[in-house]
Amino acid sequence: MNFQIFKSRNFQIALILLPIWYIIYVNLKPVTDWFIETVLGITKGAHLTEALRFFLFEFPKVLMLLVLIIFFVGILRSYFTAERTRKALEGKSTFTGNIMASLLGIVTPFCSCSAIPLFLGFVESGVPLGVTFSFLIAAPMINEVAVILLYGMFGWKVAAIYIGTGLTIAIVAGWIIGKLKLEKWVEDWVYTSKLGEGDSDDDKITFPQRIAMGYDAVKEIVGKVWLYVALGILVGAGAHGYVPAEFMASFMGKDVWYAVPLSVLIGIPLYSNAAGIVPIVSVLIEKGASLGTALAFMMSVIALSLPEMIILRKVLKMPLILTFIAIVGGGIMIVGFLFNWIM
Amino acid sequence: MNIQVLGTGCPKCKSLEKATREVVAQNNIDATITKVEDIVEIMKFNIMTTPALVIDGKVVVKGRVPSMDELKQILTNKIYIL
Repeated sequence: MNFQIFKSRNFQIALILLPIWYIIYVNLKPVTDWFIETVLGITKGAHLTEALRFFLFEFPKVLMLLVLIIFFVGILRSYFTAERTRKALEGKSTFTGNIMASLLGIVTPFCSCSAIPLFLGFVESGVPLGVTFSFLIAAPMINEVAVILLYGMFGWKVAAIYIGTGLTIAIVAGWIIGKLKLEKWVEDWVYTSKLGEGDSDDDKITFPQRIAMGYDAVKEIVGKVWLYVALGILVGAGAHGYVPAEFMASFMGKDVWYAVPLSVLIGIPLYSNAAGIVPIVSVLIEKGASLGTALAFMMSVIALSLPEMIILRKVLKMPLILTFIAIVGGGIMIVGFLFNWIM
Repeated sequence: MNIQVLGTGCPKCKSLEKATREVVAQNNIDATITKVEDIVEIMKFNIMTTPALVIDGKVVVKGRVPSMDELKQILTNKIYIL
């Protein structure tokens, strides 16, 4: 056993912070109640009290979950570089390749601004087009912030449904795109241009450096999304007592057959990060929208967006972009209908 | 020293270029800095995540913006982790 790790500052800090995190997290509810009822001493059950209680409890809770999980995701992701993922996918048969690409899409660090170099790097080194698409669908759709927020606000079942259906869509959509042989709709220069000699991607990162990458991920991601989370939960708190509970039922309820396709069509061009959309979805559901419809809306907002399509237009011809949108959008609609039907 | 900043124009690419110029100026490093925005040129370095920093033809940073301290280490002592 190597005890060297205990000498690392990054590791020591993590070891101290973890129990502190736990103590605060388990006491969040009693502390909030004590603060509302004893310190502020306001009437229990009043609209404003309950809205305040909702915000003061939900916001720190979700924020703490984000910090903890993003930290571990940051460490995990330091093991999955784009180069390694490509190596794993090179020459993989379809279907197995689609499954692997979708799974790797979840854990490989991805930013939509890197979509083009990633696409070129995959396709030009021999990863099949359909497998590349499975990756490109899964990577933005199954977003760690969305998973954490869904877990925090709805519990693990909804989070698991989201991961499971998102994976299925990425696998099947990529597989279909592969079967359709759409290489002709990739811009011609993509296959003629050549990748340069790569630098070897040998791994010199030590574990303390990976912990540092976990801290960096927290700083970067939580630093970027906390405001959206706060705003989303504030809207949720505001709607809590003031908007009638069945308000959304007539637009987005189970019995409105066109609600799913309409939500998806509205969601496709919209662009929002997961942190902003999940709290809004939670309001929709609380006010009578059905789970399937709300989930379909959220998925289409996160997975497909106008800015991403404009970026991809550099390497894909229009018919392929439209096919891509149609297949993924169709998959999301099926998921929406399925959940409205079984739940 | 020949420094190239690779990036298609995303916000992170711009902040890497800015940080690199600052570190070079502050430490009186003798270097020419060029920004490479053409995707075909970028792919010649066989990287898949932008932004990236290239010193004398060698990729030293990819997919992230290092802190000013780390950048100084990289540019003055050529110490880096990929």
